[in-house]
Amino acid sequence: MIIEVTDLHKSFGDNEVLTGIDLSVSDGEVVCVIGPSGSGKSTLLRCLNRLEDITGGDVVVDGHRLSDRNIRIDDVRAEIGMVFQQFNLFPHKSVIENIMLAPMMVRQLGKEQARERGRALLAKVGLAEKENEYPSRLSGGQQQRVAIARALAMEPKIMLFDEPTSALDPELVGEVLAVMKQLALEGMTMVVVTHEMGFAREVGDRVIFMDDGVIVEEGDPVQVFDNPRHTRTRAFLDRVR
Amino acid sequence: MRSLWDFNWVGVLEFLPQLGVGLLYTLLVSVVGLVIGFVLGAIFGLARLSRFKIVYAIASIYIEVIRGTPLLVQAIWLFFALPLIIKYTLPSVLAGIIVIGINSGAYIAEIVRGAVQSIDKGQMEAGRSLGMSHHITMLKVIWPQAFKRMIPPLGNQFIISIKDTSLLSVILVPELLFQGRTIASNHFNSVEIYTTVAVFYLAITLTLSFVLRRTEKRLELRA
Repeated sequence: MIIEVTDLHKSFGDNEVLTGIDLSVSDGEVVCVIGPSGSGKSTLLRCLNRLEDITGGDVVVDGHRLSDRNIRIDDVRAEIGMVFQQFNLFPHKSVIENIMLAPMMVRQLGKEQARERGRALLAKVGLAEKENEYPSRLSGGQQQRVAIARALAMEPKIMLFDEPTSALDPELVGEVLAVMKQLALEGMTMVVVTHEMGFAREVGDRVIFMDDGVIVEEGDPVQVFDNPRHTRTRAFLDRVR
Repeated sequence: MRSLWDFNWVGVLEFLPQLGVGLLYTLLVSVVGLVIGFVLGAIFGLARLSRFKIVYAIASIYIEVIRGTPLLVQAIWLFFALPLIIKYTLPSVLAGIIVIGINSGAYIAEIVRGAVQSIDKGQMEAGRSLGMSHHITMLKVIWPQAFKRMIPPLGNQFIISIKDTSLLSVILVPELLFQGRTIASNHFNSVEIYTTVAVFYLAITLTLSFVLRRTEKRLELRA
């Protein structure tokens, strides 16, 4: 298991957002997390690279116990790519510079080596001609594809996606999902928090339905979508369909 | 009442060399003082964002004490009071530079803190999620963006501090106003000299405004 979460609790002040999560993800698996807003799915994802401090329980990623305060978290994060809802590209850097920065700073790659890697990744996400643009000149879909390339430049073992298409205009969703699907086909381990049920069904190896800080139901996407066992899952799916 | 033309404006020419010396001291104290002020401001501004309570507390004390007391009092204290404690009188120009540095540093610290805080927290998260340390992310991601936002308020502070150097005449820094006062009291040409002094200050501050606006525009064009 590349990700092993045991009885994870997370509180913000008095507000307990995650109330005992158990989750394991195996190497190469694509897990999609769905659920109503406020159910804790983004918080769960952010605990997987400790962007959120862990209140209780255990999170072990690639053999590193994140709940241990003494681990070198930067080394662990270097192995875990993350893609954000709001893209979070660096606005003062060009597209290629966005991609080159972390490999140069963290992996000590030379400038030319980093540039080469960046170009290859831009070609992969279909934006080879945009390398010298600044993010503000790109559409949302293009920005998100650059963000994916930026994360991939670290050659991570795991990719986390936090509602990667939720901030996009509907006509731009497809191009981002296509890149993610390609990544899944290449065998990347992915945890995807999403509202795109079609993507979860088609690309996901497993779907997790969260509500109110717990995992209510999980299983094969076809089973969860067509034959949800829990009434809460059914109610949610009825609402979004 | 006398008309402005009744005064001996041509006579000012004779004193331009002396006023020029004053101008050079004003520039020296301003530039060196503000460089120190910027360094102090960056350090204490970031300290105000520290999660270590003691670091935050020290920065807060510095900022509150300096902002809460007049520059004139700070200058007089440093030049006339401190020597009684340490048994050593600082050269007035050095004392002037220190006062401008420490004083502007407190204001610049707040400018730095505000600018850094105004950067979306997603930027730090993106940097950290890529495996970059807090320091690297601060240096390569947050600071360049924050710096751009600092330019207008920094320019404002620079102009205030440049004008504040005139207060240093009280601790005998031979700057522009000090020279003007010396000339005027010996030659009874207050109107001509103080008007010229004012024009000199205006020339410095207008030049600075112009340079800052251009810098801002240039940074605007990129990104």
